[in-house]
Amino acid sequence: MAQQRGLVRTALRTPTGALALVTVVLLIVLAIVAPMIWGDKATTPNVDHLLEGGSAEHPLGTDNIGRDLLARTLVATRLSLVLSVLIVLVGAGIGVPLGALPTVLGRRSARLTAAITDFALAYPALLLAIFLSVILGAGPTAAVLALGIASAPAFARLTQTLAASVAGSDYVAAAHVLGLSRRRVLFRHVLPNIAEPIILNVTIAIGYALLALSGLSFLGLGVQPPSYDWGQLLTASLNRIYVAPEAALGPCVAIVIAGLAFNGLGEALARAASTRTSYVRSPRRGTAAFTPILPISDDQRVIDDPVLVVEGLTVTFPTGDGSIAPVRGISFSIGNGERIAIVGESGSGKSLTALSLAQLVPHPGTVRADRLEFVGRDLTDGSDPDNVVGTSMAMVFQDTSTSLNPALRIGTQLSEVAEVHGGLRRTEARRRAVDRLREVRLSGPERRLRQFPHELSGGMRQRVMIAVGLMGEPRLIVADEPTSALDVTVQQQILRLLKDIGDDTGASCLLITHDIAVATEMCDRILVMYAGRIVEDIDASRLWEGPTHPYTRALLAAVPDMDTDRDVELASIPGRPPDPADLPPGCAFAPRCAFATDKCREDAPPLLLDKTDSHRVACWHPQQGSVVAHEDDRLESEVG
Amino acid sequence: MVSLAAPARVGFADKHPTAAFVLRRTGRMIILLLLLLVLSFAMIHLVPGDPVRAELGPRAPVSAIEARRAELGLDQPIPKQFVDYVRGLLTGDLGTSTTSHLPVSEVIAERLPNSAKLAGIAFVVIMLFSLSIGMIAAIVTRNGRHSGTELGFTTTTGFFATVPEFVLGVALVYVFGVELKWFPVAYEPGVAAYVLPVAALSIGSIAALSRIVRVETLDVLGADYMRTARSKRLPARLMYLRHALPNMLTSTLTLGGLLLSGLIGGTVLVENVFAWPGLGTAVVDSVVAQDYALAQAIMVLLGATVLIINLVVDVIIGLIDPRSTIREL
Repeated sequence: MAQQRGLVRTALRTPTGALALVTVVLLIVLAIVAPMIWGDKATTPNVDHLLEGGSAEHPLGTDNIGRDLLARTLVATRLSLVLSVLIVLVGAGIGVPLGALPTVLGRRSARLTAAITDFALAYPALLLAIFLSVILGAGPTAAVLALGIASAPAFARLTQTLAASVAGSDYVAAAHVLGLSRRRVLFRHVLPNIAEPIILNVTIAIGYALLALSGLSFLGLGVQPPSYDWGQLLTASLNRIYVAPEAALGPCVAIVIAGLAFNGLGEALARAASTRTSYVRSPRRGTAAFTPILPISDDQRVIDDPVLVVEGLTVTFPTGDGSIAPVRGISFSIGNGERIAIVGESGSGKSLTALSLAQLVPHPGTVRADRLEFVGRDLTDGSDPDNVVGTSMAMVFQDTSTSLNPALRIGTQLSEVAEVHGGLRRTEARRRAVDRLREVRLSGPERRLRQFPHELSGGMRQRVMIAVGLMGEPRLIVADEPTSALDVTVQQQILRLLKDIGDDTGASCLLITHDIAVATEMCDRILVMYAGRIVEDIDASRLWEGPTHPYTRALLAAVPDMDTDRDVELASIPGRPPDPADLPPGCAFAPRCAFATDKCREDAPPLLLDKTDSHRVACWHPQQGSVVAHEDDRLESEVG
Repeated sequence: MVSLAAPARVGFADKHPTAAFVLRRTGRMIILLLLLLVLSFAMIHLVPGDPVRAELGPRAPVSAIEARRAELGLDQPIPKQFVDYVRGLLTGDLGTSTTSHLPVSEVIAERLPNSAKLAGIAFVVIMLFSLSIGMIAAIVTRNGRHSGTELGFTTTTGFFATVPEFVLGVALVYVFGVELKWFPVAYEPGVAAYVLPVAALSIGSIAALSRIVRVETLDVLGADYMRTARSKRLPARLMYLRHALPNMLTSTLTLGGLLLSGLIGGTVLVENVFAWPGLGTAVVDSVVAQDYALAQAIMVLLGATVLIINLVVDVIIGLIDPRSTIREL
């Protein structure tokens, strides 16, 4: 009960929720008091005022025996509401047990009940109402029963879904193990846990019942004279809509207000129920989230004939009351035919860096850069008049099962690039598609064109994805974790393919990966990212002997190789990557760094070239010498 | 799911999953159709009192009652009556309406086209409007853009989704028929008479469906394959019509199917607002007047329509989205 009150309070916080609740309460009050106050006025005939229009005395006019229509509308609240509640009681009374049964029955009867529910859900309530009206005679009993029975399947379905999730839980399993009877399990464990969503639905169902009942009464199949509800009042006034439209106004407004109020309250309660859980999850409410973006001037590696030049690239996302910057002013360039890897933990900003190059950062993220040049075109302000991104940049994404459109044939997804950008005809585009599929070594390329992505394996889909990139004339292939969703054996094939494609076409490659071993195997150069910054930029060939940033060295030390003693725990870096909303003022790695000093904690180090002119590092205390792998530690200690 | 058709033919189902799926669904529909027949047949027998006595009045002589019973076949054993009933349905011999004294088949033949036209036009209008409104709303408001528009959209559609067809119909009659006199308020030959009933029938569904379409579209727009499509720099037309729309079709068609069966109920209500000479007014009048033969026939007809619509929608979805068929096998 306390839980329920909390829910109502949360629902009340929204204006619509509050308004709906107040209206529902008013309707209930009206249902109780209206017949006492206006009951006489609503039922007393007055032969002096037959069929009048609106007047000061009778705002909505009078009916055919002179009864006041406003009073009748108000008094009808009681019958309309009472019957609606009855309908929902009938519906829930049949539906909830029906839906809860499968949980405690055996599998076979559970399936049967589910099937019956399925059938019944599709059946219109009105047909049932007609059926029952014939048998029972048109009237409120038939209407309530019909609408109740018709709403039962929805309750059954809801209960079934909820109960199934509860029944799968550990405590119900435990109760079964303890030998509790099925009835006991149902009443003690299942029903209490699904009560709340069912009560929510009862609120909404009352709204629907009210509308449906008014409809039946309107048709003459519901409440019969001399009783009256809103639907019946509306029928009576419809014939006079030319002479006294205000007569129809009362019941119309009443039906709409009541329907809106119950639905609105139900929806507000449902929203409150769903946000209550998500509020807990949402971090840092109320505290301003803000990432410091310091004006750090990084060195840029100077190369001839670059395909891509990036300077001061920053990606920011607004939060509730500030903004965070997962990528903070990074600079790098990629030479013609060069293969570069960006390595980092998840959350380091490496994937966003890749997306920002193709202008694919999702809204509301914004990308800013001092300089962003691709194949000599300036893309800094986000414009791309020559469409070099569409034709010369190939994107390969991580999740092969979601990155291709499941509803389109492989052929369409390949050829459309050449049709749109290359101006090729359909047949030419398809010929090129077959050609590209052959290039990515996919068997039976002609047949593949007619297949859908779900008919292909993950590795095959990734080949298709690469082929899509090859449909233009790629100068740069951006591959965002292209193998992490694939089997180990397939991973190697895809990496091999990417490498060969690069060799064949002369395209450069930007590989985003968390696997430093893959990066060194594949690429000429490694960029190590940490907390939205590049902390080291180093030749892959020099990586194993000469990284100087403590983070790079720690990453390398964590890589297992063939000699790794399987009994020894993998080396890991102590601590966690920082939250982008809560970065330290100095070097972001300082809290986890064994060599950090006060300077590191206060000033962020810029990424500077060393004397070799091909190695950049952002560290106040660069380390020297080869990386001490952990197994050596152990050996030494054993020897010592 | 209980398998109702093609049981144990594992090889067949493996080789032709789509055909097996269609067969199973058809089997299920036939069983439901039989259930409908039994129910509608039982309806007459469940009526309290003697329907013949009710028809002929309390003063009718017993001989006349007996004669009428024999004429209706009510003196036959129940199974025989049922067989005759089904045979009658199949041959179009549905008995005589006690109110109009016309053959029921004639009444239906006269009224069915009016209802079918009304519901058909409304369905097309609903699908066209809700798809385009929902998709445009999603594109405009995706990722929290234009939150004002979003609020306006959800409030407006929320309102119209709640207002029932018959209240909306009455309001339309008043505003456009009585005050502005733009359109006729009751049935008459010609296109103009369709405007208000179609509007009354479709506006609520458009509101409800376009909300769902918006959410579905938002889902699709956030999918990885849409990012791939953006990375290909496709024009908006291809992005939304080729890449987004087909992925929403399954869910939209499912809802559209449910909507069609819902439209049957809505049509009954709206016909009564606009005095439309369709099945909806006929069935209500027949129930009130205890014209059982007519009520029974219309109930079977409407029920069968719902079942057939559901079957067709299921099969179309199964064909469009082969994954849903496979999942079920």
